[in-house]
Amino acid sequence: MLRVEHLRKVYGEGTRRPFEAVADLSVTVAEHEFVSIVGPSGAGKTTLLKCVAGLLPQTSGAVYLDDEEVIGPPEKMALVFQDYSRSLYPWMTVQDNIAFPLRRRKLGKAATRELIQDTLRSVGLGEAGAKYPWQLSGGMQQRVAIARALAYQPEILLMDEPFASVDAQTRADLEDLVLDLRDRYGITILFVTHDIDEAVYLSDRVVVLTPAPTRVAEIVDVPLARPRDQVETKEQPEFAHLRAYVWRSIKRPEHAATASV
Amino acid sequence: MSEAQLRQRAGIRISVRSMLDRTAPAVGIATAVVLFEVVPRSGLVDARFLPPASAMLRSLAGQVADGSIWSPIGQTLQGWALGLGLAMAIALPCGILIGSLYLLFMATRSIVEFLRPVPSVALIPLAVLLFGAGLESKIFLATFAATWPILLQTVYGVRDVDPVAMETARSFGVSAPRRLLRVTLPSALPYIATGVRISSAVALILAVTAELVLGNPGLGQQINIARQSGAVELMYGLIIATGLIGWGLNILMTMLERRLLHWHPSQRTGTR
Repeated sequence: MLRVEHLRKVYGEGTRRPFEAVADLSVTVAEHEFVSIVGPSGAGKTTLLKCVAGLLPQTSGAVYLDDEEVIGPPEKMALVFQDYSRSLYPWMTVQDNIAFPLRRRKLGKAATRELIQDTLRSVGLGEAGAKYPWQLSGGMQQRVAIARALAYQPEILLMDEPFASVDAQTRADLEDLVLDLRDRYGITILFVTHDIDEAVYLSDRVVVLTPAPTRVAEIVDVPLARPRDQVETKEQPEFAHLRAYVWRSIKRPEHAATASV
Repeated sequence: MSEAQLRQRAGIRISVRSMLDRTAPAVGIATAVVLFEVVPRSGLVDARFLPPASAMLRSLAGQVADGSIWSPIGQTLQGWALGLGLAMAIALPCGILIGSLYLLFMATRSIVEFLRPVPSVALIPLAVLLFGAGLESKIFLATFAATWPILLQTVYGVRDVDPVAMETARSFGVSAPRRLLRVTLPSALPYIATGVRISSAVALILAVTAELVLGNPGLGQQINIARQSGAVELMYGLIIATGLIGWGLNILMTMLERRLLHWHPSQRTGTR
């Protein structure tokens, strides 16, 4: 279980112009839950994710993973970045990219190779291990990044707008892939996106943020049936209703007003 | 015109184009040689100071044939190799350190910016004072000059590592020494390779300069001896030899770069 308690992040504190990115943010993600974070652009989504990942020290408040305070990148957590072309290493082959973080796991050579092959197969890239990432299409590269995170065997997966730079069809495929992998690997997912449809389609709950200085505007439950389907789920009136609800929640002007108080 | 014909036509156009691309350098060289042959012979310039190209090349060929050119080439290359090697041994660790530590970068910046433009040649008196006129001076000068390009390129290469690449490694708990080895260094390698290629040329220049000015054995000294003994053709022949060596070393460096950086966008062939 992931617990974020009264997280606050101020950039450039003590300087003449400090910037309060996150004002006061509390959220809990239960085991095996899929929680999305949406908000207007500049709502400190990435800041929040970096603090949760232990990559950025918060100004105050705390993050707990299974009741252990997060002070550095936790072993039970893996991150998938939006920009796969920068997060995958072009000088390593696909399998070396996946193997790179695995030293910490202290598996044998054979077990590592098997794990890499298994995860590659599970994202539909069983044949791509010896290739270099730049020899693959954008969608395939993001699959490699997801395979790398899965091979790391995390309990929780943080994803920072992972599908923002692929085309619509690939995006739908990758969304379904992530839902499928979540079931198969039994992992918890915290998913940052600016796409409301995507958030509603994927999540159990959607956390709506206010503009910076960020607070939680609202947490929306998504009681849509699983497994979800790109066509059937999205044609349900309940889906349309939810996405409209989240949309209005983001656009609601009083959030900006209360935030500045 | 049918599509096949069109395609054939395009094919011919492409092959003509690639033939021109390939022959153009040879045409350039041939023109230059002919020019250097005709101009002295026509009496436009004094053939005593600019002998015809054929005479230059003949004297060079003579040196190659009797083997007397190999020993000075070896001595010049020794100066180049030791100078470049020492420069790398100094500049790479220093560059990595300065590039990794922001405070050190700020602290050393002005010193480096001040020392870098000092022409190595201006240090010849100092070199003589410290090391005499021997090989040590040649190496000192070549090292001094070759250190800066590698140092600066390493510093900026290390500083320019993509923060996303770095954060990815950190998020997976990869240790700092491994991050340096597997993320920072490969990502700085294109910069470093450029620095080494520049430094290679610089080290050669300084090796020849030291031989010319200090009389160290090597091609530079031979050029000076040829001049003093009035063997102008040989002097030109040796100058051409230094040029060829510089050219050869650059090809070597480029090949090395291509191998090491086969993954880099600038070197990739047939993407996708």
